[in-house]
Amino acid sequence: MSQRVGIIGFGQTYHRSRRDDVNGVELINEAVRAALEDAELTIDDIDAVVIGNMDHFEAVNYVDTWSVDGSGAWMKPLIKLTTGGTTGSTLGIAGYHHAASELFDVVLVIGWEKNSESDTTGAIITCSDPIFDRFSFSGALPGLAVEASTYMKRYGITEEDAALVAVRDREHGANNPYAQLRKPVTVEEVMQSPMLSWPVKLLDICPRSDGAAAVIFAGEQKAKKLSPRPAWVLSTSVRHSHSYFSDINYEEIHTMQEAVKELYKNVGIKEPLKELDVVELYQPYSFAGLKWIEAMGLCKPGESPRLLRDKVTHMDGELPFNPSGGVICTNCIGATGLLRIGEAALQVMGRAPGRQVPDVNLALSTGFGGAYWTDLMLLGSRPW
Amino acid sequence: MEKSELLHLQVVVELPYRWAAGRNGSLMLKALRDEKKIIGNRCPECRKVYVPPRAVCGPCFIAPDETVELPVTGTLAGYSVVNYPFIDPETGEKRPVPYTYGYIQLDGCDSYLSHFVNETDPARLSPGLRVEAVFKPDGERVGQMQDILHFKVSEEKGG
Repeated sequence: MSQRVGIIGFGQTYHRSRRDDVNGVELINEAVRAALEDAELTIDDIDAVVIGNMDHFEAVNYVDTWSVDGSGAWMKPLIKLTTGGTTGSTLGIAGYHHAASELFDVVLVIGWEKNSESDTTGAIITCSDPIFDRFSFSGALPGLAVEASTYMKRYGITEEDAALVAVRDREHGANNPYAQLRKPVTVEEVMQSPMLSWPVKLLDICPRSDGAAAVIFAGEQKAKKLSPRPAWVLSTSVRHSHSYFSDINYEEIHTMQEAVKELYKNVGIKEPLKELDVVELYQPYSFAGLKWIEAMGLCKPGESPRLLRDKVTHMDGELPFNPSGGVICTNCIGATGLLRIGEAALQVMGRAPGRQVPDVNLALSTGFGGAYWTDLMLLGSRPW
Repeated sequence: MEKSELLHLQVVVELPYRWAAGRNGSLMLKALRDEKKIIGNRCPECRKVYVPPRAVCGPCFIAPDETVELPVTGTLAGYSVVNYPFIDPETGEKRPVPYTYGYIQLDGCDSYLSHFVNETDPARLSPGLRVEAVFKPDGERVGQMQDILHFKVSEEKGG
């Protein structure tokens, strides 16, 4: 028992550093209404709801129940999921599983966060082991910076190389009316921005945002009936690894290497740089836009700065990354992975005004979180 | 409505927790407190040595059955010098910065230990540096990871 599944609607809020005009439930409702409007559906068409965030940011620990009025899940099957940074991609994959199972035909998936409501770093620290990791752990930023320190040493990568990634995404983000940061920056500005956690500077790292995203998945027949051009889910892959941050192998991002291996094999991709049309990478800091695209098999280890300098991953390049501006421009954490899926779906559906890549057949979205975990979802214009 | 008219509720929450270290964790913490020793354990299948010692090797999904005493010396695998202020959920106070957050591979160990390093100049740090644990004095160790004050950069040259 399983059916093919397509994305038929996507809605998002205008993301800001602080949205004092709405509470969490109201923020969720904005995204849900936008997604229903996008799919030309009403809440009565929804069979089940999947919702999630990283609940330690808001300290509201029964989000599924608390947000029913806003999510539209009143008297419907409802489940809450939370997996740290990968929450948004987990939500999308769970929505796909719900519809693929044939137990539910039209599934509404919601990711959201109000990062303004707590100290983001303090809240992230509570993800780590309380006895062995927490006393020295200082949130996402230094955890990433450690990776950068090993990567720079191993391949002679410079801070300027990484700055090229931030410059690209900020340039792209200027085209996205929903992005939080919409002002382009230069390499010099990145280099001169405050050093937060060596070698990561203010403009190398994602902001923290208030925002929500909602994606509607539908089984094959419903998707064909309800949407002129669904974004079909072709394959997903999930790799989660260790419990202790200190167990991570910072030399390689094994989860990405293993996840892409499975996904490429599932759909027969041999040359990802040529075959993929667009990527929405969950790229929380600039160095990931180098090391992780090597792990994706786009070039050999240490060679990614050349792809950036040659603008291969820019809007007009062979494989554009993050037309939305990506995580470096917007990061409402529980929504971030789902925004990648939604933006990838828009690219396939040909509905990304201002940031549309022409003729997208295959769009890859990724999720990242926890102890260097990877989630992937590949969307395509043809179901098979 | 004007922005200035939008209200919010500001609350500071004091929420005490009590986390069990378990048998394996207690073994390590007691050795830190009483003997200034670092204890790990070895997986019988993949032969990897883990610190902290644990009840299960994730990849092999079986119990490491051999306790291993590790030296207090190792190599700095990766690091960052933390410069920005944030609230430490352990204390409710801002954690003092700058400090160096390091991943230390103890000699003979396959996993890392995350801890502080007593050098905050990025120019004097590099993956491969030799480091050594500095313990709190006798009578001040209480059975927690902070019984190791920090790792200090050794005089000997690293790879």
